[in-house]
This record gives sequence, C-alpha cells and structure tokens, in this order.
Amino acid sequence: MRYGYFPGCSLKGTGRAYEESLLPVMQHLGVEMVELDDWSCCGATAYMAVDEGKACALAARNLALAEQGGFAQVMAPCSACYLVLNKTQHFMQDYPAMRRLVDKALGSVGLKVSNDTPVRHPLDILLNDVGLDAVKQKVTRPLKGLKVAPYYGCQIVRPYSTFDDQADPVSMDQLLQALGAEVIDWPLKTKCCGGSLTGTLPEAGLRLSYILLKEAKKRGADLIATVCPLCQFNLDGYHDKIEAKWEPVRVPTVYFSQLMGLAFGMPANRLGLQRGFIPMPSLPRAEAVAA
Amino acid sequence: MEIKRTIKYQADRVRGFGREVMSVPGCEKLKDCIQCGTCSGVCPLSIYMDFTPRQVMALTREDFKNEVLASHTIWLCASCYACTVECPREIRITDIMYELKQRAIHEGVYPKRFPIPVLAQEFTTMVRQHGRVSEGLLVTKLYLKTNPIAALGMAKLGMGLMKTGRFSLKQENIKQRADLARIVATVDNESVKA
Repeated sequence: MRYGYFPGCSLKGTGRAYEESLLPVMQHLGVEMVELDDWSCCGATAYMAVDEGKACALAARNLALAEQGGFAQVMAPCSACYLVLNKTQHFMQDYPAMRRLVDKALGSVGLKVSNDTPVRHPLDILLNDVGLDAVKQKVTRPLKGLKVAPYYGCQIVRPYSTFDDQADPVSMDQLLQALGAEVIDWPLKTKCCGGSLTGTLPEAGLRLSYILLKEAKKRGADLIATVCPLCQFNLDGYHDKIEAKWEPVRVPTVYFSQLMGLAFGMPANRLGLQRGFIPMPSLPRAEAVAA
Repeated sequence: MEIKRTIKYQADRVRGFGREVMSVPGCEKLKDCIQCGTCSGVCPLSIYMDFTPRQVMALTREDFKNEVLASHTIWLCASCYACTVECPREIRITDIMYELKQRAIHEGVYPKRFPIPVLAQEFTTMVRQHGRVSEGLLVTKLYLKTNPIAALGMAKLGMGLMKTGRFSLKQENIKQRADLARIVATVDNESVKA
C-alpha cells in the first residue's frame, strides 16, 4: 500500500502533532506514505474566496505532481486539503471551461493532469484498504475505559461524501472501537467548530467551539477525537476565552492517529501528545486492562 | 439612531446581477430556489447574520447587488457546507457565498471591521509568492494590519503555541516558485480574455 502524501501547510505548523502521529502509525500498519515532492498550498477556503480559477489551478498542480511521481492514489489528512483537492477534481470534471483553464495554466510549466488520481482520507484508507482486523491485530494496549467523542467536523463528509455518511458518519467510531475505546453517542459529530472565524470573528466563532466542548463534557467524554488540524486547534486553543465568556469545559481534543499510536503501545511524546494545551488523561494502567 | 428606509424598491436593483452570478460554475441552480429556508435552519451562524442565507439567495436572484455584497452574511459563512448538503433543490449555497465574497473583495465593499477579506488577501499573496502558508507569520501579519490591540489579547495563545512548538515566524518556501507564479499569471491572462 503506497500513497502520495499531501501534508498541507497545517500539518507542518499548528497541526504537526497530526503528522507526527500519523506517520509512525501508518508505517506500523505497512502503509507507505511518500511526501509529494515540492507540494504547494491546496488553496484552502481563503483562495476560493478570492479566485476560483486560481484556486483550482493551484490545487491541480499538486494532483499533477502526484501523477508525475507515479502515485496511483493521494492521501490528504487535513480536512480542508481533502475537500479542496476533491472539489477541484469535481470542478474539472463538471465544467469543461474550468478544465481548459487548468490545463492551460499547468501546461505553461509543462505539467499535465489526467484527473483520475483518487484523493483519499486516512480514515477511508484505514477502514477500506488496511481493514479494521489488521488494526486490531496491532493493538497491544487497548484503550479500555476511555470514553471518546468522535468528532468529524465539516469538510471530510461534506459536500463530497465518498466513504462515509454525511449526516451520521461512523468510520472513526468503528476505528476507535477497534482500539478498545468506548465511543460516546452525541449528535454533534459533523457540526461546525467555527473554522477560521474563531480567530477572525471570535464573538461568533468561539460559540460553536464552546457548544461542542460543552456537549462532549455533558455526555461524559474523557476526550474528543478529531481528524482536522483546524478543529483540533479550535477545540484545544481557546479554553481561556471560552471560560471567561461561558464556563470551564476543559475536555482535551486529540487526533485519532494519536489514539491509535497509544493503543499500538507507542510513547505519548513520540505522538505529539505533548503539543496540546489540555493534557490527555492518563490511560488506565496496562496491568489493570489485562486483569 | 439612524433612520433608514427598510423597504426595498425595484429601483434599488442592479439589473443583470443575479443572472451574472448564476452564470458562474457552481451557481447555476440558484434559479431553482424555492425559498424553503432549510439553508437558514441548518446554518450554524445564521443567528449572527443580517440577512439569513435564504434571504441572500432571494436578494441575489432579484438583483439586489449592493445589499448582498455589503451584508455580513457572506463573511460569516464558515464554509461548513451544511446548507449545500441539505438544500432540497441541490443549490451549492456555499459556492454562491464564495462567488459573492469574490465580488465584494473585487469591488472593495466589505465591512471595514471584518478582517476576513484581509486574511483572504494576505493568504493568497503568501501562497503566490512562496507556495506555502506559514501560519504563524500569516496570523501575525493579519493582526498587525487589522487590529494590533487585539494582537495583545492573543499573546498568551501565541506564547503557548511557541512553547508547544507550534508557532514559527519562518516562511516556508517551495522550490518551483517561478512555475507557481507562471501558473497564476496564466490564469490571470485567461480570465481577462474571458
């Protein structure tokens, strides 16, 4: 199993714990992730707000690099990158004028995109290529007794749901259960965290993060598991402000890949767990689990 | 208190605006809107908007360009795509919001205290010049440009990020920056022709 790995800007910055945990976990499962050479920003939501054509051309440059590198599939762990790369493929397919524009732009630097390289999310790959049985086999330290709220956020299931349900996704639930964790039932799995509004318009954005944390706490979650660097940042980074405005809701938020690493017996500091603000609760002792 | 006329007249419209928006890829289905309000109901931010998404759809289709482009609504959209997924007429509302944002930025009519258009422009400038976004640098620039006082309130978060190794002012660069500039320039050229 070999994938062209598109990290995106966040996984090298605020979301580096995601990359730090995903790489060893995937390697442990025999999944090869090869970083695309000289990848550029996917364009994210900001570029779409300025110029659609450029946004598509920039995203398509990365798809062309993947093809050039001989990768049959691309792995995009960041939700925004995953959405933008998929959206670009849809746009090129649905609108011949967009396709011509992108072809011309890429052609000006000798690049070509045939637009048939699937862009996939790690959850999709874990469930459908690796398989939950293979994951279970690697679990040496089950997360027994850990109550986790699975939080998918917006952009991996909306609007192009390819591997999970748009309203009630279950892939991460199944993965966490395979790790031995207890998955709590909650209705906010795909509710927006506020996105970049937590920084740009906090009076509106922070409330959305607060609602998620409050609900997770109310339902007894020990922690929230996320798949998105922006969601992790929002749910972890603004507790002081949330507390000042509403109430303390200090539930830690970690990446699903960090939980996988822990269940595989990897040390916390090699999974980027020291990078969060709200510390992860200590796992039940291994002996207690075995008993 | 400012006394303003709250009823819109036909004469306030900018003829052809709705048709123009509906001609953009992704925005065609706006013509099918039945004003059911599902978009406003599922939108997690509609409670802060001056016009709800349903109203923005109606105003856009009926050529009320000035009202729509000056609205807070388009900047409050967080691109969560809930409306797009739930719309019974399959209107890509998020994409229409993007189109309206583009037009507002282009015409410079966005509300001055909203830093989102500034963020979008700093973001695209950084990507065009360097190929990648360096988050720490981008956010620092944004605050210095829009609200240096609020930056002080963010200092604690910044320090925390630095301590956990998640904040850097170093600019990331790709190797083929010349290629990237050429790709962008080609798109620019084509758009002018079109």
